[in-house]
Amino acid sequence: MHLSETVNSGFFFLAPWLVFAPVIGLLINIIFGGWFMKRSWGERAVGVVASLASGASFVVSVLLAWSLAAGHGEAVIVPFLEWIHIGSLELDWAFRVDSLSTTMMLVVSGVGTLIHIYAIGYMHEDVRFKGDPGRFRRFFVFLNLFIAMMMILVSGDSYLMLFVGWEGVGLCSFLLIGFWYDMDTLGRPSWANSNAAKKAFVTNRVGDFGFLIAAFIMFWAFGSFQFDEVFEAAHSVAPGVIVAITLFMLVGVAGKSAQIPLYVWLPDAMAGPTPVSALIHAATMVTAGVYLITRSAELYTLVPQAQYIVAMTGAITALFAATIAVGQYDIKKVLAYSTISQLGFMVAAVGMGAFVAGMFHLVTHAFFKALLFLSAGSVILGLERGHHHAEHGHHEEHGKGKTKSPKGEKEGKRKEEHHEVFDPGDMRNMGGLRKTMPVTFWLYMIGTLALAGIVPFAGFWSKDEILLDASRHYPAVYILLSIAAFFTAFYMGRQIWMVFFGEPRHEAAAHAEESKPIITAPLMVLAALSLLGGALNLPFEGFHQLGHWLEYTLHEVEALPLDLQVAGISTLLALAAIFLSWLIYGRNPLKTGQPDPLKKPLGFIFTGMENKWFVDEGYFAVIINPFKKLSQFLADVIDWRFWHDWFHDTVIAGTYNWVSNIGLNLYADQKGIDAFANWLGAATQSISATMRKVQNGFVRSYALSVLLGVVLIVGYLILK
Amino acid sequence: MVPVEYYIILSAILFSIGVAGVVFRRNPLVIFMSIELMLNAANLAIVAFSSVLNSFSGQIFVFFVIAVAAAEVAVGLALIVEIFKTKHTIDVDQLNSMKG
Repeated sequence: MHLSETVNSGFFFLAPWLVFAPVIGLLINIIFGGWFMKRSWGERAVGVVASLASGASFVVSVLLAWSLAAGHGEAVIVPFLEWIHIGSLELDWAFRVDSLSTTMMLVVSGVGTLIHIYAIGYMHEDVRFKGDPGRFRRFFVFLNLFIAMMMILVSGDSYLMLFVGWEGVGLCSFLLIGFWYDMDTLGRPSWANSNAAKKAFVTNRVGDFGFLIAAFIMFWAFGSFQFDEVFEAAHSVAPGVIVAITLFMLVGVAGKSAQIPLYVWLPDAMAGPTPVSALIHAATMVTAGVYLITRSAELYTLVPQAQYIVAMTGAITALFAATIAVGQYDIKKVLAYSTISQLGFMVAAVGMGAFVAGMFHLVTHAFFKALLFLSAGSVILGLERGHHHAEHGHHEEHGKGKTKSPKGEKEGKRKEEHHEVFDPGDMRNMGGLRKTMPVTFWLYMIGTLALAGIVPFAGFWSKDEILLDASRHYPAVYILLSIAAFFTAFYMGRQIWMVFFGEPRHEAAAHAEESKPIITAPLMVLAALSLLGGALNLPFEGFHQLGHWLEYTLHEVEALPLDLQVAGISTLLALAAIFLSWLIYGRNPLKTGQPDPLKKPLGFIFTGMENKWFVDEGYFAVIINPFKKLSQFLADVIDWRFWHDWFHDTVIAGTYNWVSNIGLNLYADQKGIDAFANWLGAATQSISATMRKVQNGFVRSYALSVLLGVVLIVGYLILK
Repeated sequence: MVPVEYYIILSAILFSIGVAGVVFRRNPLVIFMSIELMLNAANLAIVAFSSVLNSFSGQIFVFFVIAVAAAEVAVGLALIVEIFKTKHTIDVDQLNSMKG
């Protein structure tokens, strides 16, 4: 039997395994994980189970994509189970295998599996640095849960299932950001991490609210959530309805994909372990918004007004976040703002109608951003190792280290006997790492060049396509995105010079150690993908593979050839930015304790960049603090003082007490009934005292009474 | 003949005198005599009616009354003797120890 015949009949029936392989993985880890962890090979077992589960999901994605290709890209719907059947309302769970969803599936499960493998090594060290090795298993349970939820999101056949996955990944984001829920990023006991998780969840919720409104309007207008039915019905309804749906969906996208104004959770989400930042907040979850818009392409193309708003939101976010990234000192925060900026690129692309460009950038961004985050994780671990070496002399021995450091003497990490607070993510502590961590250095370089958009790395091709489309149709967006691209290259250059070049600015950097292969191997795969990923959609005649692939779903794909002018300008901008960053940061490398060289020339602008343009502070002042005051007022004054204290205690309880004590007890009972009863007794006594006198003992008086009685009776009888 | 009304009026007068004696006199012997007088007044009335109605049952009844009166007096006198033995007086007004 030919392979093609097997493939023609399709592996589509495997679709549910996308979701259930990770679910099984997490169940195994929940049930047996505790038992595993007691053994010496426990951590490896947990990690392997989780990675295999994610890998199985990847294998299924590959098979589905293969079957789809063999079937000439026709979408296949695999019904799974009947969910809500009430009267004529039927909402079911079905899997949709088409070119768009398989693209997402491959990215999520592929990058996800690599990150699972990386996380085995990373978490092994991280739980020991934070002092809680038992938490290792929990991490992988949550990671598998995330993959399952993300799969539900991308493989759903209706907006309803998409939303189920949407909420699910929001939950996993919360669980994973707040993984070290009792600490802050430096390991001190604190609310900081759980606050960050809460912020992510609440901000996402605002976005979800928008999404729900859109879903409700959709159901009200079309009577269904299912993609095909919605898109068909959309053509015969007033455009105002579609505008409403698309704009409310944009709110959801702003929440999930961190656009203005709901991006504020993503930088705080760096509180989670680095694999989380890589997987969820760079490669997969945040791209759910871009996927949503691409999936709803038929809706968006009907309403150009909404498209413009989406494109501008993306472009402005891209520029705004890029400016903030320039002023950040934490290595992961720079990457976080970079992610927000790149998501802005993607949202701008899909807003402009360049869905292929947006998806292409999504894929390449997943590769190089995951690479960057994971390499940053490797850097952080290297610094942690160096810190340990510097403080304690040699490995595995924890004595009292009396090292003087530039940060001074402060409270140490919990369970360890450190004498200072050391932030391994602060770039001001780094420097010269290319000598001590060469592998990480080269991997980071590849990621940076890809992000900056230097040919022939993947980022160049995808970003260039977006810029090309913008230059043709939306000049304002083109200008904003070009400036953002300039800033992107600048801050990445700044980061490279600060972290890897110059001299170590802290002992930890001087003693930093390279990471183990289990950490660097997945990174090499990602680096290869960042280097070669451009081949997915080369803008030359006869190529445009991704474009052709997505055409099966999107139907209208504008395949633009390479425009040397646009490409040239963007490359020049990137190279100029890197040169500028070298002039400022590379030529005279920073010394320990030296302030950022941009501080003086840019003055208050740099302060703005450093402090994220005070947006969080603004939200607190305008929204959160008034809300807290209002809720405090409602709780304290209205609920306690008015309702409980006055109304309940004084009015109700007082009335009841008055009625029962004074009213009933005093007046009704004592003065009323008792008085009457007592009067009866007294009356009886007085009557009897009087009547007693008849019994006087005189016989003659008795005789007289008899006589009187006889007279009366006889008289009555006679006179009757 | 003597009209029967005269007999009845006489019986009534005798009865009244007897009642007065019972109520107003303190000596028990006098009280018993008054009771006898009342009984005899009743007898007189019965006999008068029996003669008017030409029925003997009235006169038979009178015999019973006389017998009962006699027995009653006998008992009463015996009681008076006993009372005198304890209280050394036969004034009925003194017999008031059962007052309430």
